[in-house]
Amino acid sequence: MARVKFLCDADRCIECNACVTACKNEHDVPWGINRRRVVTINDGKPGERSVSMACMHCTDAPCAAVCPVSCFYTTADAVVLHSKDLCIGCGYCFYACPFGAPQYPKVGNFGSRGKMDKCTYCAGGPEADMTSAEYVKYGSNRLAEGKLPICAEMCSTKSLLAGDGDIIASIYKERVMKRGYGSGAWGWKTAYKETIAS
Amino acid sequence: MSSPSSIIKTLAAALALAFALAIAPAAAQNNNFNPTAQSVKEDQLLNALKEGDRLSGRVSIPDPKSANLIQPAGREWRAFHQDKLPLIGGVAILGMLAALVLFYLVRGRIRVEAGMSGVTITRFAGIDRFVHWLTAGCFIVLALSGLNVSFGRMVIMPLFGPEAFASLAGYGKLAHNYLAFPFMLGLALMFLIWVKDNVPAKIDLEWIKQGGGLFSKGSHPPAKRFNAGQKVVFWIVIIGGVAMSVSGWFLLFPYLPAGGVTALQFWTTVHAVLAVLFVAAMLAHAYIGSVGMEGAFDAMGTGEVDLNWAKEHHALWVEDEKAKGRAPTAPPRAMPAE
Repeated sequence: MARVKFLCDADRCIECNACVTACKNEHDVPWGINRRRVVTINDGKPGERSVSMACMHCTDAPCAAVCPVSCFYTTADAVVLHSKDLCIGCGYCFYACPFGAPQYPKVGNFGSRGKMDKCTYCAGGPEADMTSAEYVKYGSNRLAEGKLPICAEMCSTKSLLAGDGDIIASIYKERVMKRGYGSGAWGWKTAYKETIAS
Repeated sequence: MSSPSSIIKTLAAALALAFALAIAPAAAQNNNFNPTAQSVKEDQLLNALKEGDRLSGRVSIPDPKSANLIQPAGREWRAFHQDKLPLIGGVAILGMLAALVLFYLVRGRIRVEAGMSGVTITRFAGIDRFVHWLTAGCFIVLALSGLNVSFGRMVIMPLFGPEAFASLAGYGKLAHNYLAFPFMLGLALMFLIWVKDNVPAKIDLEWIKQGGGLFSKGSHPPAKRFNAGQKVVFWIVIIGGVAMSVSGWFLLFPYLPAGGVTALQFWTTVHAVLAVLFVAAMLAHAYIGSVGMEGAFDAMGTGEVDLNWAKEHHALWVEDEKAKGRAPTAPPRAMPAE
């Protein structure tokens, strides 16, 4: 089994937000939740870069460490998934996550957040693969169909890469070699405790 | 004679030449141009962050919270929640339990030395007991559900399995969120009805000097309605309770604090640390009010305490009550047989 990862090549991202839109459409993500977002750093200044960010499916995931009901699990592909049946909506994963991935459907007060929602790497949840029960809670399961996450597949500049960590890292390295520059694999140090030399 | 068309041709040629000359050096430069020379690097940005700060930018989706790209403070919060909190909680709560067991083994149950007189005096009226048990009842559920959400995964989940534990924790969370309100009501009422008897006074120094008579038999420092120890418990409950309530409000209304996730991390830390200390303090209070001292529970049970207990522990209060004509001087009439 592969160790899948996300990699956003910030030197290619043109902030078109197609990944954000594709994700929302693919999974019928509720209003107010964005499993993926594009953040522009140094907007309007020299050296501006845009980074598409979602759950990075961390090695030693902080969300899983702090969850009081242990609703997170890591698949054989190293995708970090969670069970909405177990989630109590306490918000701890949101406090611990470095990437702001966990979100809650209710913007309600009195501590009512509802069940946490986050990027599933298009891999569904604990329900049986490609069932409607799974779709309603977690969205579609493209991994079970043999496809990669829709955000990366849709990316117009192939900035966002998804797949086996070693393969996408080698693609990125090749790009850096060829064009002579690269601003780094954003979030890799935090998520995977490794980085790609650039 | 040059025709207009030849003039245009000459001009065009001159323009083309000028353009070629102008861009030639620029094109030569382009070969060495490094577009990331000035580009933002994650490492630089992360290193420049202050503690508790976030790396954020601009987003086009209408949710400003999503503009945070990376918040390294999550790691510190995780370290607090996983390592520091169990340590603080373990030392405070298990340490207090151990101290109480030790105290019981050494000192035993503190008896009414003069023996029970059979005559009782009203210590707490219905309203006092109602306010006490409203606050205490809420506190017990809040404490158990709070401890469960912090440590239940380690302690209780292995016993019941994840499904049953998750529904227990879910109900616990609901109870925690909603019982906070009657708890705050109890706290406010408690302050109003008891604050007048809990103002620190000179007499408390004597009580503290004698260790409250806790550690030696036959020692009963004089006290009014509340002795120095009870005053300390009162102020722990009031100040601790207000701090728990304020920090809890911010967590109950997660979109209230302006600082977003950083503010919530701060308030959970405050809430959790105070909570374990609060629980430890209340364990001592519960011990001395029940198992630890003969006759003490009646005060909050029936509200009627034995006169000898009252004389030993609250001598000045008994005198006050007698002066007001509220204390019995003779045994009550025997209940007539039916």
